[in-house]
Parts: sequence; structure tokens; C-alpha cells
Amino acid sequence: MRILDALNVHYRDLNKIVKELINSGESEIILKNVHGQRYIGAGAKGNHKLIIEGIPGNDMAAYMDGLTISIKGNAQDAVGNTMNSGRIIVYGNAGDIVGYAMRGGEIFILGDVGYRVGIHMKEYEDKKPVIVIGGKAGDFLGEYMAGGIIIILGLNTSDAEDSIGNFCGIGMHGGTIYVRKHVNINKLGKEVIAVEASMEDICIIAGYVKKFSHFFNIDFHSVMKEKFIKLYAHDSRPYGKLYAY
Amino acid sequence: MSAAYLTPEYIIERNKERCTNCQICVKQCSFGAHSFLKEEKIVVSDDAKCVNCHRCIVYCPKRALVIKKNPLEFRENANWTDKAIKEIYKQAETGGILLCGMGNDRPYPIYWDHILINASQVTNPSIDPLREPMELKTFLGRKPDKLKIQNGKLMEDLPPQLELEMPVMFSAMSFGSISYNACEALAMAATQLGIMYNTGEGGFHKNLRKYGKNTIVQVASGRFGVDIDYLLAGAAIEIKIGQGAKPGIGGHLPGEKVGPEVSATRMIPLGTDALSPAPHHDIYSIEDLRQLIYSLKEATDYQKPVLVKIAAVHNIAAICSGIARAGADIIVIDGFRGGTGAAPLRIRDNVGIPVEFALAAVDSRLRSEGIRNQISLVCGGSIRNSADIIKAIALGADAVYIGSSALIAMGCHMCQMCYTGKCNWGIATQNPDLAKRLNPKVASTKLVNLLTAWANEMKEMLGGMGINAIESLRGNRLMLRGIGLNDRELNILGIKAAGE
Amino acid sequence: MLTRKSEMLLHEGEIRIPSGCAISGIINKKGKSFSGEDIIKSISLMHERSNGLGGGFAAYGIYPEYKDLYAFHIFYDDFNAKNITEQFLNEFFHIKACDKLPTRKVPGIADAPIIWRYFAKPKEGKIMDLQLNEDDYVMWCVMKINSEIKGAFIISSGKNMGVFKAVGYPEDVAEFYMLDKYKGYCWTAHGRFPTNTPGWWGGAHPFNLLDWTIVHNGEISSYDTNRKYIEMFGYKCTLQTDTEAITYIFDLLVRRHGLPVDIVVSVIASPFWYQIERMDYRLRALMKAIRIVYGSLLVNGPFSIILGFKDGFVALNDRLKLRSLVAAKKGDFVYVASEESAIKIICSQPDTTWYPKGGEPVIAVLDNSDLIGQKAWLFKNIIDMSINKDIFDNDGIYGNIKVTGKIAVNGGISKDFNKEFNKDLDNDMPEDIELLAEVESL
Repeated sequence: MRILDALNVHYRDLNKIVKELINSGESEIILKNVHGQRYIGAGAKGNHKLIIEGIPGNDMAAYMDGLTISIKGNAQDAVGNTMNSGRIIVYGNAGDIVGYAMRGGEIFILGDVGYRVGIHMKEYEDKKPVIVIGGKAGDFLGEYMAGGIIIILGLNTSDAEDSIGNFCGIGMHGGTIYVRKHVNINKLGKEVIAVEASMEDICIIAGYVKKFSHFFNIDFHSVMKEKFIKLYAHDSRPYGKLYAY
Repeated sequence: MSAAYLTPEYIIERNKERCTNCQICVKQCSFGAHSFLKEEKIVVSDDAKCVNCHRCIVYCPKRALVIKKNPLEFRENANWTDKAIKEIYKQAETGGILLCGMGNDRPYPIYWDHILINASQVTNPSIDPLREPMELKTFLGRKPDKLKIQNGKLMEDLPPQLELEMPVMFSAMSFGSISYNACEALAMAATQLGIMYNTGEGGFHKNLRKYGKNTIVQVASGRFGVDIDYLLAGAAIEIKIGQGAKPGIGGHLPGEKVGPEVSATRMIPLGTDALSPAPHHDIYSIEDLRQLIYSLKEATDYQKPVLVKIAAVHNIAAICSGIARAGADIIVIDGFRGGTGAAPLRIRDNVGIPVEFALAAVDSRLRSEGIRNQISLVCGGSIRNSADIIKAIALGADAVYIGSSALIAMGCHMCQMCYTGKCNWGIATQNPDLAKRLNPKVASTKLVNLLTAWANEMKEMLGGMGINAIESLRGNRLMLRGIGLNDRELNILGIKAAGE
Repeated sequence: MLTRKSEMLLHEGEIRIPSGCAISGIINKKGKSFSGEDIIKSISLMHERSNGLGGGFAAYGIYPEYKDLYAFHIFYDDFNAKNITEQFLNEFFHIKACDKLPTRKVPGIADAPIIWRYFAKPKEGKIMDLQLNEDDYVMWCVMKINSEIKGAFIISSGKNMGVFKAVGYPEDVAEFYMLDKYKGYCWTAHGRFPTNTPGWWGGAHPFNLLDWTIVHNGEISSYDTNRKYIEMFGYKCTLQTDTEAITYIFDLLVRRHGLPVDIVVSVIASPFWYQIERMDYRLRALMKAIRIVYGSLLVNGPFSIILGFKDGFVALNDRLKLRSLVAAKKGDFVYVASEESAIKIICSQPDTTWYPKGGEPVIAVLDNSDLIGQKAWLFKNIIDMSINKDIFDNDGIYGNIKVTGKIAVNGGISKDFNKEFNKDLDNDMPEDIELLAEVESL
């Protein structure tokens, strides 16, 4: 285990050291005093663990392939941008476009997330990206979504409050969004169909909620006792009739 | 094309005396314009299906076929042209957005053809390129303002550079919009010529990764096929913000074209639509571009130059200044005549500006800000021949991208039906039967021939100007004169009128 | 309007006027002064190479009594321009002395402008205000006057040196300015053959900025590329001449970027790629970087130039050798000229005469020079030499170099070289040749 103090270190230097440690086989790296340094773990490969104390900058874990990153605090924008595999655990909130164009791996966020989370997520063969959000999400959740799973738990939202924003799943043509408790259908994109989750779905959800509960020390059963709504695209070709050939 | 009111655009004339009903034309036409009547045992044609791609004519062993423009015309009307009327019929029938392929075909002025090149007479000598050295080698990438040299040693390494044997590269054409064989032909030719092939947004097929040294990998809004291995597989990374044929518009590869290979290369499920959003959703402002540029540099340890490609639009000069300051190493400007596999017709024909103006404006702007030397400038958008390249470089480009010219070299006949996926020449198609018509080796040889010829022509023109290294032409607008241009146009191009 | 023969024709700065020419240069390496008679004789012999539309001289060491002051030679169209300029000068400089530049009446010289000279010291406070160093401050003032004050043109702005030029044949120009009366340790001269000019005095050569002067023969084809590059660094090409652009290139690279003269030569007349590819990998990396970064400063097309500065001169041909250049040496004197006869007329029996190859510099500087404050890398301690580009043409084996031409090392011992050395194998390399030691340390 290596502990690095990131205070006043430029991201270029910080990331260079982190990459060097990863390449030298260091299995666990703790970064203390992180204040907005961007691109932590960008393009990194392997099974290494990275623990971040503070607030990492944008594009954290972009193109990441394998690492596990825990953030003891909030994260900014574009967490897991175009991520390929690995796991990110955020003990707080995350900003906009979490998991943009993400192709694989898992992102768990204890709190709320910003706009356009899971935009253009896609899946391929055995790769199925997952984002689990403990709180609520901003508008355009799962825009253009082509694959993968987004789970919104809405843990701290009241019954009157929606855990999703407007235009949820707009342009969606693949993948699934699960929303705990209830969904305001006026907030869904016209491509989206909402149904109550089946037993099969609940099994999938339970698998991820189990992990979520474990990471954040939250009671599994109290989360699962609520119903889940499944959102999916009614057509994998939403724009098939848009053009005159 | 089921529009009831539409009449055929072309007429297929079959010379009955020559035709042996061999059915080759039937097999060659993917649009179904020719068919064999079993009972009568004759081949007949349906004019309405013909797209005038010349495939049947070239392959007819008896030279029995001729295709003509249909002389049928509406009553003469300068406003309501044939084209305008037919487009309305088509939309009234389908309710669809009109699609088209290749570049803008409207009769806008082509400024290349209003620019003339200089040659030396008496006061300095022209140079004979056949016998004296003539250098086309070009480096693209970020350059420092000055070198630090001590005791004959370079004190700081240069940022990564793309080394080109001539100032030409193949522009981005994705696997999906064109066939695998076409991609391989481009990659092979680029390797042989010492230039660059560009993957476009279609991912980088595993079998083509051996050409990585001569490949630019593209990162566009859909991020198809993008992972860390992809980013490391090429010589440089291009962020595509826009393209000349459809500025401000995303991409849409219909599921029919997503077969097993395209699916694997783009890393998306078989048969799904591949939608590229109009913007990068992590770029809503110029400082976000900086964020993406540096995320790519960080991920690849600053070993790859990063290009940023944008369509030539009205405020291009200021935008490019911002891109340069955002950290791009190479800026690509794509003019409004640039080609495409599919674009909404109205966008293609009406959005953007000519690359000649864009290039001149950007070069001048970056010079006035004192930063032109720091970045490289590439221009594309219908470079048709070597003279266009010479003019582009004299206006201020470091190198050019060619797309349509390369496709034509491989056999494209400009029928503009790329978006149908039925390309009879095996280029813009994912139909295996059509794609195999294009032999990558043969096509690659044609590309090499074309660019070898262009290189020789460029050397001739350089020699004529008394220049023996391409870098001495860069921004050398004194070597250009305008013809048939008004003062304002001359002013924007920064050139004098012929005779001045 | 005194300086323009015709209102109908545009002069330099309003239009680009290419020209052909004759050039000549002489230096005494010991710094001993000699009169202008030799250089006048030399340039006059090449009368056929000029057409009477421009001649000029640069002389170094002519104002020893004012050697720490900037000497300005200024052309004025009228007294109004003179007044405005003097106001400007007084604002930015302490004028320690000034006079009307002495001239004679000469039949071949007409339409002379008002010509004054000033010996000036920059005002310290102003330099601080503008946050410039002294040379940059003077350069800024010169650019300002030449581009903004109508009817005024500074033709000379260095210390202990001066430029004398006019419309006319060089011999008449020399007579006009009474150059036989001046004594300097280094002289260059120019006879002009412009292709199209009304003949403007300011447009004659040498061109000058600070102590840089350039005389030049040939029309370069990379002018606009070169100009656009240096303009990004604050230079204003007001004359639109090749000479002006080349002067600024030297000023930028040597004075402001701090590059050694030999590196600058490799920028202006860079080796070809096929040569670079055959170089030792370190030299190859260096040359590649030079061409990548400074490609726009490659001077393309025909030229031969003599770049004068306070330490001496560098003479250089384009890399294809499209213009003529001859060099000779006798005792402490080094000569260069467009034609050999122009040297022989003043030095009938030189110790050596040679014909520099394309891109091969003749660097002739004072014995006590440190090459403008920095050691030139390849030429350390070598006071004048003709470096064959073959030095760059080594066969790729580290340490195997070929040196041909004439080399004189510090201490005045002249050596003839025409052999190949392999540093690793060849032990009979003369020890006093610093050049080789330097190549070793590449």
C-alpha cells in the first residue's frame, strides 16, 4: 500500500506517479488531499485499488480498464467517461455525465448525480455497464442509451418527489433503467416504456443492490422492499422511419 | 423509391443487337435496375431503379448498355426546378428527411478554380524536380516557439509529431460507412505511401491494427470502439467535433449495416443502430474540449498528437484560435463540399462555408495572434487534385485530407447513393457480396498510383515556383493570384488579383 | 517629395520588388581598421551586376569615439518629418551628438533626401516602462519610426557602425558619402539590380537593424512564408524585401532565441532530408527538430548573403547553390564576394581561395569574438572557416566525419583539411582542432 499526498500536485505529475506505481505492481494506492486533479486513473489497466480522499477532478477513470476506485467524498463531472471495465464507488454525490459512453464496469454512487448520467451507455458481448445511484438523477438520464443498466434507488426522496429528472431515456434504443418506488411518466422520453419489474428483473436488481448495501453499509432488505419500475426502449430503431431513402 | 409521382432520372438504353442476355448486368446491379424475364429469356431494365453508377456499363462484355439523363422536363421554371419539385414529391410520399451521400453538389463557386499559381521567370530560377531535390516531407504536431540547443544537443524533446512523406492523408471514413476492404485498401496504401489512414468513428478492426503506425484513430461523440487499446493502437488521435458535409449533425449508422464485423469493431450489439450524438456530451464549451484533449493525452502518456476536426462554419477563425489554445496539436478544417456516407440533404447543401475561405481566415487569425507556428493546420473538403493541394498549402495549410478523391481512385462513380448501403463498387456497403467486389490490393495500388502521381505533380509546381521544400510554400500566398473574384473575396483569401 | 522619383510608381514597402545584385565583404580579424577604399574597389569591379538603382555599404568600427551609443542614420523627405522624428528621439533617447551626414556632390547621385546622423543613449526609465531589454527597446523605436512617421526612415541603428546607401551605382554612392575617409575593421557592400523600382533610397541595401546588416543577391521564393513567420514575433516587414526578412530571421534566432550561428545557418539553409537521414542519430535528431520547428524560416530559392554584425560576418549561399560566392584569406584578412575577380583586385595573392558549397557558411569573426555572446557549437574557437556540409554528411557511424576546406584555428595557425576522420580509430587528429573535440561531445 502506498499513500500519496496530492496537495498542490499538478494532475500531470500526480497521474504520472500513480501510473508508475500501478506499472510497478503496487496493489493499493491511497491519494490524500485530492483537490480537483483531473484524469485520475484515465486509461489505467489492471486489478489495482485506488482510494481517493478529497474531491477528484473531471474525467476521473476515463477509458479505465479494470481498476477499482473509491472516492471518500463527492466526485465531479464525467466520472467513468468511456470506461471499459473496473469499478468506481463514490461515497457522496457525482456530477454530470457519469458513465458517458461507458461500455463496461460498475459505478456505485451513494448520493445524487447530475445531468445526462449514463448518456450513450452501450453494451457489447459480455460487457454490460452498470450505474447504481443511491439518490436521485438530473435530466436526460440514459439519453441515447444503447445498453447496460442504470438503477436509481431514490433512497432519500419522499414519496412525492421524483428520483428522475425530465427527458429520462430520451433517444433510448437499448439497455434498461430501473427506478425504485415510482416513476412520473411525464418525465420519460417518448421512446421509453415503463412497466413494473418482473421477478427476473428483481433478481438482477438485487445482485447490484447487494453490492451497493455492502459498500455503503445500508440495509439491503429495506431497499428491496419497495417496488421497482423498469424502463426500456420500445424500439431498437427509434429513428428508422425518420429518413426518406 | 416508391414515390408515385416520381419519374426516372435516367434512361437505360439496351442495344438489342449487342445484348446476348448474359445477365451480367442483372448480377452487377444491386439496385435491381436489370432483371431477367425467364419466360421470354431476355434481360430488361427498369429505368426508375437506375442510379447511374456505371457498374453495368463497365461490366457489360458487349458494350450493349448506355445510360442517359432522362430528357423529360417540367415546364421551364427558374424557380421550381426539377430537383425542387421532385424533392417535394418524395417528402410528400414518405414524410421523411431527405438523405444523400457524398459532398455538396450544388453549383456554389469553387474557389480553388479561381486561384492561379505562380512560376519563376528570370529573376529567380525554376527548379527541375526530376533532377534536383524536391522535398514534400511534412511534420504535423505541436511545435515550440523556439528550440533550446546547448553544445549541439537538444535540451528539450519535441512534442510527438506525425511524419508524412507528402502533405496528404486519407480522411476519416468509418468501417460501417465503407466496407472492410475499402478500409484495408486505405490502410495499406497509407502505409506504403508513408502517410495516414483514419479510422473514422467506426472503431479499429483487429486485423487492421498492424497498420497502426500509419493510422489516426478517431474519437467522436458516439465513442464507438473506443477503449484504451484503441487509443494506443494508432499514431495519433482525432477528436471529431464536426464534418464539412453535415456540420452540427451527429451520425446514424442504421442497424442493417451493423453486421458481425462492424459490431465487433464498434463494440456494439449486432444489428443495432449506431447513433452518434450531435455534440460530444462532455463538451459543451471550449474549456471542455481542453478537458477531452487532455484526458486523451493523459490516457496515452502524451505520446500521441491530438487532432481536433471541425466543420468550416461562419465563426471558424475564432473557434480555431480557441482550439489551438485548448491544447490541440493539429486542427482539421473540413469544408462544406466534404463527402459523407449519409447526410440530411438540406444540411449538406446549405450549412457551412467553403474551405478555401475558412483556411485563409484561420491561418490569418492564428498568425495575427502569433500562434500559427505552434499548431498544424489540415484542411479537407473536396481536394480534387494536386493543384488544390498546392493552393491549400500556399493559403496556409500544413497538409490536406482527401476522402472523395480516394474513393474515386478505388472505383467510386459518384452516384451519391452511399446511404443506401447498396454500393455496386463494393465501397460504401456492408453487403458481403458487394464488398468483395473491391479487392483491397488492387484498390490500394490505385491509391498509391494516384498519390504518387500527385506527388510528382506537386514537385513540378513547386519547382516551377523555385521552391524545393514544401515548408517554404506554407502560407506563401504571394505565390497565388485570384481570377474572377471580387475585392472582398480576394481580401478574405489574402491574395492579389491576377496582374497585380 | 525627395526620396521618390515618381509618384506613379510604388516604392519598397508598398510593393514587393525583387532584385539581383553584387555583394562583397572584407574583415580584419585582429580588429585593425582600414579605409573604405578596398571595399569600394571590390564592389565597383562588379559594375555589370548592378543597374544604378541602388548601392550601399555597411562599415563596422567607424565611430570608436561613440562606440557605446546607438548611431542612427536617418533619411528624411522633408523638415517636417525631421522635426517629428527628433521629437520622438528626444522622448526616448538622450541624444549625445548629431550632425548632417557629410556628403559630396556627385554627378551620378540625384534626388538625395535630407540625411542626418545621431548618437543616442536610450532613456533608462523608458526602457523600464516598456519592460524590454535595451536592444528590443531600440528595435521597437526603429519599427515605430519606420512604420509610423511619414517621410522618415532609419537606415542604420547599431553601435559603432553605419550604413551608407543611395540610388546609384555603388562607386558613386561611396563617393557621395566620402567613404574613403572612414576607417573600419569590417566592411560589406552591395550593388543592386532591382527588377522594377522607381529607385528609393531607403530600399537600397544593406538593410540594417541594430548592428545586423545584410547584403544579398538573389530573389528568394520563400519570402511570404518567411515574412509571415517573423511577423508573429513582432517584426514589421515595412520594405517587403528579402533582405529585410533575412535580417529579422537572424535577429530573431541569434539575439532573441539565443541560437548559435551555426544552428541558425542550418535553419536558413538546412540540410536535405536525405542527408539528415544519413546522419549520426544525435545530429539527426537535432537537424530534424530544426526543420520541424523552424521549417518556415528555411530560405528557399537563390541567394547569397553577407550578414554583418559587430563581430564580423557570415556569408552563405542557398542550399542548392543557385548564386555565386567566393571566399579568400590572406593574413588577418578574410574576403568574400560574388565574383573572384572582385577579391583579386584588392588582394592579388591570397593565402587561400575557396568556393563555398551550397548551404556552407563562411564565418569570419574577430579573434576576440565569442560569436555574439555564445559559443557556436561546431565552430568553437575557430575564427574563420569554411565548413563543408559533408560534416553533416557523415556516414552514420558515430565519430566518422569528413572535414574539407580551409580551417584556421585560434592563434592564427592555418590548416588545410581534406580528409576523413574516425574519432574512434584515427589517432592522428591534430589536437588543436577544437572542432573535433566538439563533434565528439555531440
